[in-house]
Amino acid sequence: MENYVIEMLRIRKEFPGIVANNNINLQVKHGEIHALLGENGAGKSTLMNVLFGLYQPEQGEIRVKGDTVKITDPNIANELGIGMVHQHFMLVDTFTVTQNIILGSEPKNGIVVDTKRAEKEIIELSKKYGLDVDPKAKIRDISVGMQQRVEILKTLYRGADVLILDEPTAVLTPQEIKELMKILRSLTQEGISIILITHKLKEIMEVCDRCTVIRKGEGIGTVDVKESNPNELASLMVGREISFKTEKTPAQPKDEVLKVEALEVKDIRNALMVKGLNLSVKAGEIVGIAGIDGNGQTELIEALTGLRKIENGKINLSGKDITNLSPRKITESGVAHIPQDRHKFGLVLDYAIGENMVLQSYYQKPFSNMGILSFKEIYNYANRLIEEYDVRTPSPYTKAKALSGGNQQKAIIAREVDRSPDLLIAAQPTRGLDVGAIEFIHKKLIEERDKGKAVLLLSFELDEILNVSDRIAVMFDGNIVANVKPEETNEQELGLLMAGSKKQKVGEQ
Amino acid sequence: MFSNRLFNLLVPIISVLLGLLAGAIIMFSFGYNPVEGYIALWNGAFGNSYFFGETIRQVTPYILTGLAVAFAFRSGLFNIGAEGQVIVGWVAAVWVGSSIEAPMFIHLPLAILAAAFAGALWGFLPGLLKAVKGVHEVIITIMMNYIALHVSNYMIRNVISDGGDTSNRVADTASLASNWIMEMTSYSRMHYGIILAIIMAVVMWFILEKTSSGYEFKAVGFNPHASKYAGMNVKKNIILSMVISGAFAGLAGAMEGLGTFGYMPSHSAFTNLGFDGIAVALLGGNTAFGTVIAAFLFGILKIGALNMPTSAGVPSELVEIVIALIIFFVASSYIIRWVLLRLRKEEK
Repeated sequence: MENYVIEMLRIRKEFPGIVANNNINLQVKHGEIHALLGENGAGKSTLMNVLFGLYQPEQGEIRVKGDTVKITDPNIANELGIGMVHQHFMLVDTFTVTQNIILGSEPKNGIVVDTKRAEKEIIELSKKYGLDVDPKAKIRDISVGMQQRVEILKTLYRGADVLILDEPTAVLTPQEIKELMKILRSLTQEGISIILITHKLKEIMEVCDRCTVIRKGEGIGTVDVKESNPNELASLMVGREISFKTEKTPAQPKDEVLKVEALEVKDIRNALMVKGLNLSVKAGEIVGIAGIDGNGQTELIEALTGLRKIENGKINLSGKDITNLSPRKITESGVAHIPQDRHKFGLVLDYAIGENMVLQSYYQKPFSNMGILSFKEIYNYANRLIEEYDVRTPSPYTKAKALSGGNQQKAIIAREVDRSPDLLIAAQPTRGLDVGAIEFIHKKLIEERDKGKAVLLLSFELDEILNVSDRIAVMFDGNIVANVKPEETNEQELGLLMAGSKKQKVGEQ
Repeated sequence: MFSNRLFNLLVPIISVLLGLLAGAIIMFSFGYNPVEGYIALWNGAFGNSYFFGETIRQVTPYILTGLAVAFAFRSGLFNIGAEGQVIVGWVAAVWVGSSIEAPMFIHLPLAILAAAFAGALWGFLPGLLKAVKGVHEVIITIMMNYIALHVSNYMIRNVISDGGDTSNRVADTASLASNWIMEMTSYSRMHYGIILAIIMAVVMWFILEKTSSGYEFKAVGFNPHASKYAGMNVKKNIILSMVISGAFAGLAGAMEGLGTFGYMPSHSAFTNLGFDGIAVALLGGNTAFGTVIAAFLFGILKIGALNMPTSAGVPSELVEIVIALIIFFVASSYIIRWVLLRLRKEEK
């Protein structure tokens, strides 16, 4: 008999209208790192929420260390030694590391919180697992990587010996990811078992012992990572063969389309986020902006598209000054924008998908004549886009909110690309999408480039930046700190540049 | 089991039926005969041509205030200020109607336009403050209601009359009243305004469903961020929507001033036409067609209920409770929606 710490057997969880988990088995051995792999919406989070006591399964059995248990709320999960590190951290910014860790289970000395004792315990824990955090630092002063360690410490402090990590590397730089992997290994050596929710195959290959694959709510099976390879894992996850390398010919850049000079932009809190940035994008090339979230990328994109006021500097589009024009004027000048947040900016979710297809052009002929809409023209147009871009929707009259994330994104891309813009700005165009949809979107971006359009790609995924871009501009602290060619660099170097630790003289070629 | 369209129709119908049922239980438990009560209600609304005329007369401003609230709502704004917009519309209509002399084809449209303009102005200010300074329109419109009430009383006493408690009467050239209709309905106060109200409902439907401006209004209502991204002028849309909404409510004031009364009495309290408009819009699902239907229902209840104390002996306080219950069930249509969804799920 194998020594399993966690066994989830034949788990079934339904939501109104869908079966999120059907007959899924997950068995985690003592001291292993077990990957839970699946596309978005495959049911990974549901399964983990069942284990953590947030959902009750309709069927199935959960065993912890051999005993059958009923986990009806997260407190019971905690008592059983299960701890979860969420993708979005749950920390109080203005508290110290210690205060955050003990929050809710403070050691007391009479009625006073015994901070001294807590600090000592945290230092001990931190040493034991090689976490290296400063218990007196405030959360807002430490890096995202450190914050994640605080989250891990929080669970360890409560005596967890099974850790669930939900997409832990999504917010980290390559260096931080390396260090996290080291920490995970040292945790397992101390007898802690880890469940890693992810859809990044590289990480699984690097650090995991076994991997359970879920596809569309069904358990596909568990494989030994040593005996598998990324291709096998990907096809298990998606259900078909996937090509990883994006096929493309070398770029043939022509005239300069976008020229940004000494741009300065402030964020909502009036802090200067873009600090004198220079950037140039030529027709027929894809420029990728690499960088860690929060270094001014959002503000840059919003300034380029007219959504945010420009404090200083100039933006030129094919020789025309578009500085501080309205979004409509900029759109009409030939800029298309695939926004970072498709629900907030990209779509009117309560509008039909057909109505969303004309979100920027509804007032133009032939969609509108003297202010009167022609729904016949609108839906003819929508039908053509839906077919050409393979948007899976029951009909063009279906509300946008009823579509899956991938199809919503395809609809946005159809709308933006079909306007045939001179400059296509794609901000995280594949965020949260599965491998199949990512493949499609990358192909479309390259097609646009080959048609002689300028493409500006913003992404936090280094793989995407390296695969798709013809030139990479690394952004750090509101500036472009380096311009590199993807074939002359690697993740290691990019990571260092993104962290600002290696500066390169910025020279536009 | 039911299609979406049927579903949207079923919710308000069930709300009304539940309200009537609850009202029946209340009447019964206080020792009154609910069947007699409701027969009296029906007769009070349709029993003879006079009652019928009075019902239509009541429906007319309800349609317009309902449209006002519904229109703002569709662009994501909550116009609590229909009440004040009715009052200023009423003042403006009576003022223009009583103080100038002109042939009817100029005078009547001018008085009606004055009311629409006054209401629009009363909607413009909260719209402007919302768009430019981000002040919540609910707070401003509530304040604007009080300003309207007191300003109107000042105007009536000092400008549109010689210090009396009612304004001067509007000239015949600015009146919506019609001898022909009055004779038909045994001298009820029904007037031509109902035609204008129905036309306005068609106008609202047309703007929202058929024009590119309507596309913008609704987009801003659903998602202002995406609207801004799409190049729409969100601020302009907020202001314009409040202006149109206010104009609808102002027209309701014209109905009272030029049709029903022919003058304006000074008010010690609100007319409630604007506040009832909120319930009308809600019951009508914020659509033009639904608002007209809901306005009819409210008009019937309001006028029919007047007959309940005399014909069935139900005290008017109880009648108020019955009406309130119906509104309550309409407002809580969320519960009915939920039950219907459960039923639909089980069918599958």
